[in-house]
Amino acid sequence: MRKIKEFIIEKLVLLCGLASIFFVVLIFLFLLKEGLAVFKTVSLFKFLFGKNWYPISEPAQLGILSLILGSLLVTLGAAIISIPIGVACAIYIAEIAPLKTKEILKAGIELLAAIPSVVLGFIGMVTLVPLVKSIFHLPTGLTALSGSIMLAFMAMPTIVSIAEDALYSIPKTYKEGALALGATHWQTIWRVMLPAASSGILAAVMLGIGRVVGETMAVMMITGNAAVIPQSILSPVRTLTATIAAEMGEAVVGSEHYFALFAIGIVLFIISFAINVTADLFLHKRQQ
Amino acid sequence: MRNPYRTQNIAFFFLFLATLLIVIPVGLIIVIIIQKGLPAINWQFLSDIPRQGMRAGGIFPAIIGTLYLVIGAIIFALPIGLLAAIYLSEYAKDNLLTRIIKLAIVNLAGVPSVVYGLFGLALFVVFLKFGASILAGSLTLGIMILPVIITTSREALESVPQSFREVSLSLGASKWQTIRHIVLPNAIPGILTGTILGLGRAAGETAPILFTVAAFYLPQLPKSIFDQAMALPYHLYVISTQVPNVDEKIRYGTALVLLTLVLFVNLIAIIIRYKFRKKKKW
Repeated sequence: MRKIKEFIIEKLVLLCGLASIFFVVLIFLFLLKEGLAVFKTVSLFKFLFGKNWYPISEPAQLGILSLILGSLLVTLGAAIISIPIGVACAIYIAEIAPLKTKEILKAGIELLAAIPSVVLGFIGMVTLVPLVKSIFHLPTGLTALSGSIMLAFMAMPTIVSIAEDALYSIPKTYKEGALALGATHWQTIWRVMLPAASSGILAAVMLGIGRVVGETMAVMMITGNAAVIPQSILSPVRTLTATIAAEMGEAVVGSEHYFALFAIGIVLFIISFAINVTADLFLHKRQQ
Repeated sequence: MRNPYRTQNIAFFFLFLATLLIVIPVGLIIVIIIQKGLPAINWQFLSDIPRQGMRAGGIFPAIIGTLYLVIGAIIFALPIGLLAAIYLSEYAKDNLLTRIIKLAIVNLAGVPSVVYGLFGLALFVVFLKFGASILAGSLTLGIMILPVIITTSREALESVPQSFREVSLSLGASKWQTIRHIVLPNAIPGILTGTILGLGRAAGETAPILFTVAAFYLPQLPKSIFDQAMALPYHLYVISTQVPNVDEKIRYGTALVLLTLVLFVNLIAIIIRYKFRKKKKW
């Protein structure tokens, strides 16, 4: 009797363990099921590199190049802002801050991670957007730059916490060895600890970027949503994610537009899959 | 000659500056929302339905909607997530399957939230014909927070010392009895933290509920799990971008309620974890 119970429980637990694999596969399958239909009417090349996104005109033009470039531009901007600041903050928390400050800072970073993206988007709309508008004398403050700044804040908690972990897990002997040889604390950090933690920091950066690429609400609210090839960081752009969020509500189920939005979902899924697998490889390299 | 200590001071100053660059805006965001949102908060705002095309009245249906969604998501995700964590920490061997499961969890955590929305739309709303409903939204959110719950619960389970298990097994307890009576009770605070963090995440997300449940404007409370519902994050999105001429006060008030809810939940998680770390006997 007991043996049977143990057996059943073991199988049930295994089943739940497999649930994550099941859901990842299920997500991908359903994206494919709905998204691949678009390639009956438009070729993969035209879809990815077509310049015009007019999903509801007749005939519909379904090229997502401008959306890809929009995502790329916003992501690049956010990366340039968040990587140096995030890594610097991680070093400060891991190495320099006194214990009490460290606890408070870590809690603060966690709070930042917890703020819902729609709240950040709202705050960006009412504070950052007018600021960008008046500083650069633009007709509108809803630009790629505003989006980049706001997204940088969403990437930082990821970058800081994972990079700090990476710095923390370096064997103490590395640091002690460097200090014993007469290096200053900073020389130790710069020449010994950062190189030793490099793969973990790289993973942190990648996961931060992954978060930025997938971010939806804040981006939709403050980048202006213009589906054109972006001319500069000060022009309105539209990202892949924002397109789905903004248009799916109006797309008729089963229409070409609907399929195209799912095809954008496939693109996003593949991007995030690639980023996460690579970041995971880097993290594992560190652990070995 | 360059003085290494001066270089150090300059470097540390910049590191400190970078930290301030993160901390100050976070503080500012919270202060601004509290300062401008607080005047809007009163009993009527919290307990009334939205009126005059959401330009007046309260946000009660949105609060209730979010509550339903979060509860639904937890009911779905906690059992599966906990059992998955038990599998990884207690049963899994170090083999390819385990490696793939871990990779799947990492990927599930990394899938963009709007893609979860698409998935929920395709599977629950269209394929299973739930329609835009609390059920569809809850399940979508549940799958989204699964990785949070699995990861934190697994950490909690793994931090229970091996010797506890060995003693229990040597006394003749079966594997499941050991897990049920020895490992789980000692891991409860960690599991609770994970559950609460997942809850906070589910409460704040907008993109996954956009096409699966969220109603633009619904002046009554949902009656069953097959009804649409309003939700706080979506409501904030709607009144700040879709409806013109909404009083600033209402926008900030809604943002404040959402932020308070999410931060409060996270604060509880942080406190539980902190207390637990202090009390830990091993």
